[in-house]
Amino acid sequence: MTDAAIGSLPIASAPPRRDIGLRRRYAAERRFRWYGLAAISVGLIFLVVMLASIIGKGYTSFLQTSILLPITFDAQVIDPQDRRDTDPSVLVKANYPQLARDALAQKLGIALDDKPQIAALRGFVSDGVRTQLRDMVVADPSLIGTTRDVWVLAGANLDSAFKGQIDLEVAEGNRKVSDRQIGWMDQLRAEGAMAGKFNTGLFTYGASSRPETSGMGVAIIGSLYMMAIVLLLALPIGVAASIYLEEFAKKTRLTDIIEVNINNLAAVPSIVFGLLGLAVFINFLGLPRSAALVGGLVLTLMTLPTIIIATRAALAAVPPSIRSAALGLGASKTQTVFQHVLPLATPGILTGTIIGLARALGETAPLLLIGMVAFVADYPKTPLDPATALPVQIYMWANEAERAFVERMSGAIIILLVFLMAMNITAIVLRRRFERRW
Amino acid sequence: MNIMSQEKLEEAVSGGMTAKPNEVIKMQGRKVGVFYGDKQALFDVDLDVRQNQVTALIGPSGCGKSTFLRCLNRMNDTIDSARVTGKITLDGEDVYDPKIDVVELRARVGMVFQKPNPFPKSIYENVAYGPKIHGLAKNKAELDQIVESSLKKAALWNEAKDRLNEPGTGLSGGQQQRLCIARAIAVSPEVILMDEPCSALDPIATAKVEELIDELKQNYTIVIVTHSMQQAARVSQRTAMFHLGYLVEEGATDKMFTNPDDKRTQDYITGRFG
Repeated sequence: MTDAAIGSLPIASAPPRRDIGLRRRYAAERRFRWYGLAAISVGLIFLVVMLASIIGKGYTSFLQTSILLPITFDAQVIDPQDRRDTDPSVLVKANYPQLARDALAQKLGIALDDKPQIAALRGFVSDGVRTQLRDMVVADPSLIGTTRDVWVLAGANLDSAFKGQIDLEVAEGNRKVSDRQIGWMDQLRAEGAMAGKFNTGLFTYGASSRPETSGMGVAIIGSLYMMAIVLLLALPIGVAASIYLEEFAKKTRLTDIIEVNINNLAAVPSIVFGLLGLAVFINFLGLPRSAALVGGLVLTLMTLPTIIIATRAALAAVPPSIRSAALGLGASKTQTVFQHVLPLATPGILTGTIIGLARALGETAPLLLIGMVAFVADYPKTPLDPATALPVQIYMWANEAERAFVERMSGAIIILLVFLMAMNITAIVLRRRFERRW
Repeated sequence: MNIMSQEKLEEAVSGGMTAKPNEVIKMQGRKVGVFYGDKQALFDVDLDVRQNQVTALIGPSGCGKSTFLRCLNRMNDTIDSARVTGKITLDGEDVYDPKIDVVELRARVGMVFQKPNPFPKSIYENVAYGPKIHGLAKNKAELDQIVESSLKKAALWNEAKDRLNEPGTGLSGGQQQRLCIARAIAVSPEVILMDEPCSALDPIATAKVEELIDELKQNYTIVIVTHSMQQAARVSQRTAMFHLGYLVEEGATDKMFTNPDDKRTQDYITGRFG
C-alpha cells in the first residue's frame, strides 16, 4: 500500500461520549482503599501499643541487680563446733545469710555491733544468698576460711529501687525502701559494686515467694513436655484421621456428621476441654494432678481438630490429576496416598500443626483446671511430676502484688511471645521451603 | 492368544467384514452402561477394540466417550457414585470380575490424561515410578534401561537425557505429555488409553504426539478420545461415534469419514453440531 492510499482514507469520527459512571466507580474504589488502609492502621496501632507496653515494662526483667561482696567464709559462722568432717549436714544448715550481711556491713563501713544500722540492712541482699553460698561451700568445702568476691542478688525492693521503679518522692514511711538504704545503694553504685547483670535466673529458677529468685525454669520444662506430648500424639492421630476421612472413607451421611462435629470441636471453649481432662484423665484414669502428661493430653484433645482441619484442607488442595496419574499407573490407593498425595500435602500439614501447637502453647484455662497452677520449685524430672506452663506462670505472677513480680510477668510475656513468633516463623519457612508448584 | 479371540477372529473373517486377517480383538465392551448416582451417562455400548490398532472415540462434549474410556481400566471405580453395568473383557477375561485385581488391570491397561500430569518429581522418577511399584526391574541398571527405552519410545530421550534429574513439571506442555506417555509405556502395558491427549497442546506438540501414537501402535493397542475430527482421521484405524450416551456408529475410520451410515455421524464430522 502506498502512502497516498493511507492518507486518503477518512478517519472515523468518535460517537458522542456516554456516561458509564467512571467517576462513581473510581470514587468507590478510592473509598474502599481508604477503608482497607484504616483497618490495617487500627490493627497495627494496637499491635504497636501492645508490644511497646509489654517490652517497655518487661525488658528490665532481663537485668537483675546484683551486689559484689567480698565474702569471708568464716569457719566460726559456718561451723562453730568444727564438726563438718563427721557431719556434712552442718554445711547445709549453716547461717549463710549472716556471712553476706557481715560482708555487706564491712563494705559499707558499719560496725557489726551497731544494731539499728545492721537491722536496716535487712532485705538489702536477697535471701537467695543462702542457697547460692551453700551450693558453693558444699561443692568446695575448702572455701571455708578464705575470702572471695561473689556477686549476690540484691533484694527485690532494692532491685526495683535500683531500676528506678520506686518513686522516691513518696514519704519514706510509705515506701518499701528507706532513705538510708537508698544512700547505701548510691554508695555501692558509685563504687561499681552494684550493677544490673543479665538475669539467667529468670530462665532457670522455679517458683519462689521472693521475686528475685523466682523464674520460669519449671514452666519452660513443663511447656516443652506438653508440646512434645501434643506433637507425638496429635500429629499422627490427626494425620491418620484426615487421610482416612479425605482419601478412603466414602462420602456418606456418617462422614458428613463426623466432619461437622470435628469443626464443632475446634470451636469448643478450651475450658471445657480442661473439665473433660479433669474428669477423664485425673478422676477416672487416676493420672497425677498438675502433671505435664495430663496437660499434654488435654492440649492434644484441643489441638486435634485444628490439625485434622488443616490436614484435610492440605490433602484436598493436592490436584486430583496427581491421584489419577498414580492410580492410572497401577499404584494402589495406599501407594497413591503415601507416595504422592501426602508428600505434596506436607507443607500444609506442617503449617497447620505448628499453628495448632502455638495455640496450645498459649493455652491457660484448661491447665488451671487440671491443677497445673501450682507452686513448683523443683524441675519436673518426668512428665508425671508436677509442673507449670508458660502462660500459667504469667497468670500466677499477674496475681502477685510486688512490683518486681509485675516486671517478671512482663518478662515472661516477652519470652512466651518470642517462643510463639519462633514457631510461626518456622511454619512460614517450612512452607516456603517445601512448597511445590504443579 | 487365547481361544476366545481366535474365535472372534474367525467370526470376523467369515462375517465378510473389511478386517485384515491379522486383526484380533483385544478389548470388548458388551451392553456397557454407566450410572453416576441415579443419572445414566452411558447406555448399552457394544464396542470392540482391535489389537495393535488405534481406535478413536469421537462425539460432542458430554456424550460419554471419556466415560467409556475410563471403564476400560476401571478408573471409574475412583468415583464413589459411579456404577458400571454390562461386560468389558480384556483378552476375553471380564475386567469387572472380582478375581481381577484392579492394580494388575491398570498395569496392563495404561492411561494418558487430558492435561499433562507429571508427578512433581524428576523426569527419571516420573518414568521409573511405575516399574518400581510393579517390581519390573531387579536393579538400578535395569531400571535405567527401562527409563531410557521408555523415553526413547516416547520420542523424549534426546530432549530429556541431559536433564533426567530436573523436575518433570519444568518441561514444556508437549514434552510433559510425552513424559506422561513414557511413564505409561514404562510399565509395558498392552493397551494405552488416551483421553484427549492433545487438547492442551499447541499444533507442533500435537503433531509430535500424533506421530508418536502412530509408532506406538506397532507394540500397543491404543484407544484415544479426541475432539478433533482431523486427529481422529489422521491417527486412527477404527472410529466410534458417541452421542448422548449411546454409541451411534462404529467402523473403519476411512468409511466413517467418507461414507457414514448414520446421519448424526455425518452431521458431526461435517461440523453441523457438537
